[in-house]
Amino acid sequence: MKRILFLAPIVGFVVLIGVFFAGLHRDPTLLPSMMIGKPVPQFDLPPVRPDGPGFATADLKGEPALVNFYASWCVACRVEHPMLMRLRAEGVPIHGVDWKENETGPGYQWLEMRGDPYIHVGDDRSGRTGIDMGVSAVPETFVVDKRGVVRYRHVGAITPEDWDRKIGPLMKKLQAES
Amino acid sequence: MRRIAGIALALMVLAGPARAVNPDEQLADPKLEARAAKLSRELRCVVCQNQTIDDSDAALAHDLRVILRERIAAGDTDDEAVAYLVARYGSFVELRPPLRADTMFLWFGPLALLLVGGAAAFVYVRGRSPRRASALSAAEEAEFAELMKTDEAS
Repeated sequence: MKRILFLAPIVGFVVLIGVFFAGLHRDPTLLPSMMIGKPVPQFDLPPVRPDGPGFATADLKGEPALVNFYASWCVACRVEHPMLMRLRAEGVPIHGVDWKENETGPGYQWLEMRGDPYIHVGDDRSGRTGIDMGVSAVPETFVVDKRGVVRYRHVGAITPEDWDRKIGPLMKKLQAES
Repeated sequence: MRRIAGIALALMVLAGPARAVNPDEQLADPKLEARAAKLSRELRCVVCQNQTIDDSDAALAHDLRVILRERIAAGDTDDEAVAYLVARYGSFVELRPPLRADTMFLWFGPLALLLVGGAAAFVYVRGRSPRRASALSAAEEAEFAELMKTDEAS
């Protein structure tokens, strides 16, 4: 009994150190999303491309797709952009939301200059559509199933690793869903 | 020199905390504005995580302040206005965590640890305290009497 009482604080201390050590490798900026399992909120955004379609909730029915929030002022989006181009070339349906631009133009110039990976791209100037989905910073990407329900949220640029490990397999699974 | 130092000190004491709220965000009705300001001091900015949206200069914090005021102007109660943001960003935005099953440890963990630690310390200290001296044995009593006697004699 005495021995247990003596060891308990030491064991407790070691456990605590373990918890803190594990915590060091977790990213505190990753927050759980409130959107998982919920239908995409209603929105109807004007087009970013002058000749192209806008982007509305109704466009998300029928097949699983990625909804990617980007902005011309966003540095990490530049890093992510080639990956989106690659995925689009591989046939992955991607829609874009141009989040919180200050003016008309830069969001479109971005697509002109770097390439356009999106099927639909909407201009969310006020940022309200992003806020309705709990977007805190760009880039952020939601995986939406064929019924328009959010299944996954990825914060930050999508790396090839993220795609291979998490998003790619999930898309495959969602495509198989009836 | 002292006077200057005094004035400087007085000015420092007078300086309020810097708030990020712009005049154009504020509601015209001072009562509603006061409610919004109070709420925005209890909501966390999701970009710069340990600032309130009242303090933060982040663009998103500005948007959330405006949304909060829209909700209040539209007749939401304080709880409803906060719930609107919690529905989007999770209870992470509440700087004062709500009392729920999954926040029990947060609320009562420290108290529980204090009680357990206090009990352990109590038991430990009690176990260590020297035994209370028992009454003197007959032999000791005799020895004591002897000593007292020699003391009186001298």
